[in-house]
Amino acid sequence: MTAATFTDTRGRTPVVRSRGHGANVLRRLLRNPVAMIAATIILLLVLMAIFAPWLMPADPYATSMLKRLKPIGTEGLPLGSDELGRDLLSRLMLGGRLSLFMGIAPVVMAFIIGGGIGILAGYAGGWLNTAIMRCIDVLYAFPSVLLAIALSGALGAGITNALVSLTVVFIPQIARIAESVTTQVRRSDYVDAARASGASSLLIIRKHVLGNVIGPIFVYATSLISVSMILASGLSFLGLGVKPPQPEWGLMLNTLRTAIYTQPWVAALPGLMIFITSVSFNMLADGLRSAMEVKQ
Amino acid sequence: MKPTHSARDPRDLGGPRQPLLSVRELKKHFPLKKTGLGLRGPRLAVRAVDGISFDILKGETLGVVGESGCGKSTTARLLMQLTPQDSGELVFDGLSLGSPGLSLRDYRRQTQMVFQDSYSSLNPRMTVEDSIAFGPTVHGVSQREALSRAHDLLARVGLEPARFAGRYPHELSGGQRQRVNIARALALEPRLIILDESVSALDKSVEAQVLNLLQDLKQAFGLTYVFISHDLNVVRYMSDRVLVMYLGEVVEVASADALFEQPLHPYTAALLRSMPTTDPLRRTEQAPLSGDPPNPIDPPSGCRFHTRCPDAQAICRMRAPVFGEAMPGRSVACLKYQPGSGYAASTIALKEVTHA
Repeated sequence: MTAATFTDTRGRTPVVRSRGHGANVLRRLLRNPVAMIAATIILLLVLMAIFAPWLMPADPYATSMLKRLKPIGTEGLPLGSDELGRDLLSRLMLGGRLSLFMGIAPVVMAFIIGGGIGILAGYAGGWLNTAIMRCIDVLYAFPSVLLAIALSGALGAGITNALVSLTVVFIPQIARIAESVTTQVRRSDYVDAARASGASSLLIIRKHVLGNVIGPIFVYATSLISVSMILASGLSFLGLGVKPPQPEWGLMLNTLRTAIYTQPWVAALPGLMIFITSVSFNMLADGLRSAMEVKQ
Repeated sequence: MKPTHSARDPRDLGGPRQPLLSVRELKKHFPLKKTGLGLRGPRLAVRAVDGISFDILKGETLGVVGESGCGKSTTARLLMQLTPQDSGELVFDGLSLGSPGLSLRDYRRQTQMVFQDSYSSLNPRMTVEDSIAFGPTVHGVSQREALSRAHDLLARVGLEPARFAGRYPHELSGGQRQRVNIARALALEPRLIILDESVSALDKSVEAQVLNLLQDLKQAFGLTYVFISHDLNVVRYMSDRVLVMYLGEVVEVASADALFEQPLHPYTAALLRSMPTTDPLRRTEQAPLSGDPPNPIDPPSGCRFHTRCPDAQAICRMRAPVFGEAMPGRSVACLKYQPGSGYAASTIALKEVTHA
């Protein structure tokens, strides 16, 4: 493609400069309608979660025996009420905070730790690679759900423990991707050329490896956010994550399950929120991947 | 950058007669992964480079030729120290690599390499100027100074800095990218440049331009080249001396003219016969080399070429030839030219060869 250019004067003479890789990816992403819709939904969800305390129509903790399990569209309860008569709309808005946090935070931590481990293993190669990756494989051998439940169960209920166990679940997955991408880059001629120039391994990783591996790892991590949200909801559902009365979509799904026969639509709403959010993150990840994969 | 080298290079230690790089008994075997349980049997290895020795003289272009898989590229990587050797020594201008006088870092500053694949040897996320400036900044040159040097070098290799410095590799053609690679190799002001099939992937017309550029740069900067190629015509055009490799060993070294006029080693002769010619008077009578080279995991006994050699005798299967001087300036590893080797030399007289 012909990249648009601009001129600058970083050196002595003015130089025609091409748009960088990041700018090109962003441009292609902006042209992808599906990814843009997903990004808009995510943005709205995030804004909703952040400003929930000011946007909520009612107190999400106020219970009322008289208003239990009202259907959607009831006067004063636009999305109905839960089994304790609390306003479901307010709880969904506030619940988005914890749900989004539990979706994003473990992935960010695993991205840093797992990415670091994978890049180290991939660049080192040889026996160090084998040692690190076999340890990672031990964790990878467990199904994610089982591992998350087992770890949370062992650590005890609570947000922090759920966060830790989810991070541990995602570290091996991200590390594997990071290792394979880094191994590929390490074998390239430009890394050899950098070695031939006498640069240290650390400098080569910083200047030549990172920029070429971070994209694919980031895309993969983005696609894990939805998995993390669902797992976190699952943990809350099992009573291993967020504790009542705090609102969180997974936990709300759990407590409302008793109402599935009386108010199925109300009971399904937290699940719908989880679904919309995770699908949006997946579509954004797909868009990001195709924006990065274009052969230039 | 220094424009010309009329004065002696201050880095020159041993004077013009001392080889720039002496390679001594360099060896690299790649062990094979054991199959199955692999507890029994000897450990097998691909003998990619099997004890080669040669000198690279100051200011020369040493061509390296041989079939695919003969160890040319491994040799290049060993010379650049991208692959560690199993044994053997590199002596750069009288200093042994790894000795207190010459660290790997110092050595790499004076020896650079241009790879075959112009695209994969440039970081796709770096602009051309940053790729060229990277090396000097590693060695303590300021970013500003390194960039200005990069612009000078771009101009020197025929790419206008204002147009090309801020470009990414995928925006350039193969020939332009290879010019960038050459500029990057020059950025550290090396004395030795290893050109590993550097022009092989280019179109013929572009190849000729790049070859001429390499010749110019060699003159201008007083460089020494190791020119590795499978294209014998190009090697003849570029090289002062030529080294012929077969199955991880050096079989012949001679000046380019002598080698192409009168090859001594039967393998060299066969290799030259495989060169296509358009001249009907130079039609080949003898069959060129046929078949593939033997397996480097288990090379033939005695002389490694005896399985394909038209002049092979019984002794060749038993006795490995010693690489040595057959006549002044010409070294060869063949029992034919080794006095007292047991090769029945009745039909071959050295004198005849010399005056041919």
